[in-house]
Amino acid sequence: MRIALAATCIADAMFPQAPRAVVTLLERLGHEVVFPAGQACCGQMHVNTGYLADAVPVVQNHVRTFAPVTDGEWDAVVVPSGSCTGSIRHQQSMVLERAGLHSEARAAAAVAELTYELSELLVDVLGVTDVGAWFPHRVTYHPTCHSLRMLGVGDKPERLLRAVEGLELAPLAEAEGCCGFGGTFSLKNAETSAAMLDDKVATVVDTGAEVLTAGDWSCLMHIGGGLSRGGTGVRPMHLAEILASTRESPVVPGRHGSGRSGATTEVAR
Amino acid sequence: MTDARTEILSRIRGALGSADSSAGAAGTTGAAGTAGVTRAPSVVPREYRSAGEHAPGSDAVLEVLIDRLVDYKAEVHRTTPKDLPRLLARLIPQRSAERQVVGSSDYRSPDVLPTTPSTPRGAVVVPHGIDQAWVSAMGGVEVRTDSREAPLSAAELDEVDAVVTAARVAVAETGTIVLDGEADQGRRAVSLVPDVHVCVVRTDQVVQTVPEAVRLLGADPERPLTWISGPSATSDIELERVEGVHGPRTLHVVLLS
Amino acid sequence: MSTFLGMPAARDRRGPGPDAAPGTLSGVGRPEDPLHWGASFPDAAKAALDNGQLRRNLGKATSTIRTKRARVVGEVPDWEALRDAGSAVKTDVMARLPELLEELERNVTARGGVVHWARDAAEANRIVADLVRARDTDEVVKVKSMATQEIGLNEALAEEGIAAVETDLAELIVQLADDMPSHILVPAIHRNRTEIRDIFLERMADAPPDLTDVPRELAMAARAHLRRKFLSAKVAISGANFAVADTGTLAVVESEGNGRMCLTMPETLITVMGIEKLIPTFDDLEVFLQLLPRSSTGERMNPYTSMWTGVTPGDGPQEFHLVLLDNGRTKVLADEAGRAALHCIRCSACLNVCPVYERVGGHAYGSVYPGPIGAILTPQLTGEESDLPYASTLCGACYEVCPVKIDIPSILVELRAREVSMTAGSAGDTADRVWSAAMKAASFAMADGARFRRAARVPRLLRAISRNGVIRKLPFPGSLWTRSRDLMEPPKQTFRDWWDGREDQR
Repeated sequence: MRIALAATCIADAMFPQAPRAVVTLLERLGHEVVFPAGQACCGQMHVNTGYLADAVPVVQNHVRTFAPVTDGEWDAVVVPSGSCTGSIRHQQSMVLERAGLHSEARAAAAVAELTYELSELLVDVLGVTDVGAWFPHRVTYHPTCHSLRMLGVGDKPERLLRAVEGLELAPLAEAEGCCGFGGTFSLKNAETSAAMLDDKVATVVDTGAEVLTAGDWSCLMHIGGGLSRGGTGVRPMHLAEILASTRESPVVPGRHGSGRSGATTEVAR
Repeated sequence: MTDARTEILSRIRGALGSADSSAGAAGTTGAAGTAGVTRAPSVVPREYRSAGEHAPGSDAVLEVLIDRLVDYKAEVHRTTPKDLPRLLARLIPQRSAERQVVGSSDYRSPDVLPTTPSTPRGAVVVPHGIDQAWVSAMGGVEVRTDSREAPLSAAELDEVDAVVTAARVAVAETGTIVLDGEADQGRRAVSLVPDVHVCVVRTDQVVQTVPEAVRLLGADPERPLTWISGPSATSDIELERVEGVHGPRTLHVVLLS
Repeated sequence: MSTFLGMPAARDRRGPGPDAAPGTLSGVGRPEDPLHWGASFPDAAKAALDNGQLRRNLGKATSTIRTKRARVVGEVPDWEALRDAGSAVKTDVMARLPELLEELERNVTARGGVVHWARDAAEANRIVADLVRARDTDEVVKVKSMATQEIGLNEALAEEGIAAVETDLAELIVQLADDMPSHILVPAIHRNRTEIRDIFLERMADAPPDLTDVPRELAMAARAHLRRKFLSAKVAISGANFAVADTGTLAVVESEGNGRMCLTMPETLITVMGIEKLIPTFDDLEVFLQLLPRSSTGERMNPYTSMWTGVTPGDGPQEFHLVLLDNGRTKVLADEAGRAALHCIRCSACLNVCPVYERVGGHAYGSVYPGPIGAILTPQLTGEESDLPYASTLCGACYEVCPVKIDIPSILVELRAREVSMTAGSAGDTADRVWSAAMKAASFAMADGARFRRAARVPRLLRAISRNGVIRKLPFPGSLWTRSRDLMEPPKQTFRDWWDGREDQR
């Protein structure tokens, strides 16, 4: 398959190891990955903060950039984020519709139909749960709210993780509880966000896991920041980074996150 | 100045008319507020169960009802018409001296357990339309009759120890019995003020699901209905359920087959 | 905390500040406006978070009721079909509200009831006060009712010399403590058993002096306290859970029997009901009587549900008045996106699953309607600027449990958009201007791949202040983040710069 990667703005700028791992993983599975250079952001931050007018050009840019998928240029769009996929699927056409951009709204809906969160792409579209990964670490998985409730990815991420050789999956108590990030909520209601974070950090630590994984770097940035502040030693890693790891090219949980120097997910050539 | 009724109705019509039907909801799934401005009843999907898989009064239905009633701390008894009077007599509690004084109910223990037939009897109130055979064997019990035409006062009701009523329908899945105020079930106050409620339900009155009961009650919707699921209860303190507050603190359900 | 980057500024709200937060015997007092009181949400939330007792009470109570709900919902095989039906019935009600209200009025009147209409709180309170005074009594018993909380009926009656006695156990606790409800279903959820014992001992004249904090004993003390009032009251005031248009039937769903007492014993019954509480037909009860108890108390069925249709000669109140209340509901109805907030059947399931509510409790919302539903209902009812639409992470747990499928997260987003346009129209305060400028700048940078390429390289400047791969302290406004968590060091190279390098090597 020819798959277009929507890297997400936050991972592009802050956590490039996640989209790089997606490239590694999909190429290892025999697919071609394309990175359309015009992309920037899905517009979720603007929408969820209430700046719908300011979201319009951001959404327009996303739709314009990925529109070729509807003409068969690519077979699918993959997004290593549940909440960005959710925004693409459930918000973009609404934003354009409200702005009176009816035909662009239809185009957005068409692009969204071919857009998948990573675990959805792997399990539903590509039909794989065992991606041939090797990751000999104790891991716990936090189902992020939007992947869980907006997308309904269900247990797909866990199925993928269970198929990883050497990986020990530790159940997380109160797993479905929100970590308290909520985008700008973490700034506008900083104390409440921190209280939620404290509880999440405590349950993660209780698992005894070495690595916390999730399908969204935004939530991982939040929980990871708490894990680091608490000196817990638990490393946050995106699901893609674990799935990209093999015996030949292992990904080692970095001291902070997963290898800030970029050494961890070198693409196999 | 416009009267309130006219103004509110006009505000509503304005609100419905002014709604811009083209503006979608923010729509995580698009389910929010997409009501149009049409006024015809819209089609409501009713894919839910309109009846249970078990027939009214069947053993399966009775088993569920009993399980639910016991779960919510009702006392359940099964009997036949022949043995019913004796059972009822046994369920009427001993007269409680404290209970004769309004407002002085013992706050600490609602112990109104069945006593042996030899202990002194209390007073019981029955609605006037109750099957007279039921109360025939209550030797030693003072039986008072209440009706819409000749009602007991609140104070009088507070002095009796128990009430015996029939029921209109029972719902197994929720452990609910429903009274509809007819002559064998009595005024609402009668089944409310006494501290013990003995409710006799014929097994053929037990349906499995709520929709079956609503359909039956819908034949006479104007009757005052009381749906009862166990004794009164509260969960207002730390969400801990406590049975027995203002309504009868003891509920006996007698299944008659 | 500073609200500089916090919220669209809330107006100075009446009522005591966070200092009066729960934890002390006396409650937060009775505010002038039950829909808008106390400090701003972030400030009130902070005060609540600092109250360890409150957080323990809330955590225990909400997790208990979440578990109970999940268990009894799980045993209903057609739960989703019931939700679909409930949602559709309510959508239908809103679309046909005028006709259905007229139908209800006709049927109530035909059965001997009297229907009154009230545009706002003051009008409703006036109607009720006049009815009570005409019955020559200075005390009424009340069934727990959100509508009468919303209009401040008890305070209005008190000004006329009429004592309104709350008879629901939790409402009684709240009333005795001069407090406000903090939960729709369990108004005293912020109190634990020991606090309740203390409140009874101090404020309830006939409380047994040796009262312990065992819930059963506390409930029995309330029973003894209220029994004489029930048996002698001339007038009762209630709300309504449902009103059936095609029969004129009213329904009240309760547990303790205080509802039955109020609805049965007095000569006169006055019911105050929001105009949205309608359902079209008697048969529709079969949907809501399954959805409500399981969602609300986590029971298969609540102990008591009373239904009455006008007046039944010789049985129950011989005089029945129904007050139909607007008080902002028609404003909510006018907004098609927000209208679904009126579908709410006040079960409070959304409160119990909300991670924000669970941490901060109901008082932080400054409204008798707290939690997720309060965050969408309150600002729509008042039409004022509000920080409540931001009091959510949009995690979606509320939508998942809502028995009538109100898409609360989507409506929150709609209301945030409304807040933004309201503040854009006014001069706004500094925080609004900062947010607005930041969003404009971000919009510009994120609407074009080339511009984003340059913007995405900016964070790496922060590497200069990182230690061991993390940044522990940033200046304001980044301090809002680093006060509680580290920021991971930005990478040397963005993804797209890496990608281009790779492509060049090919």
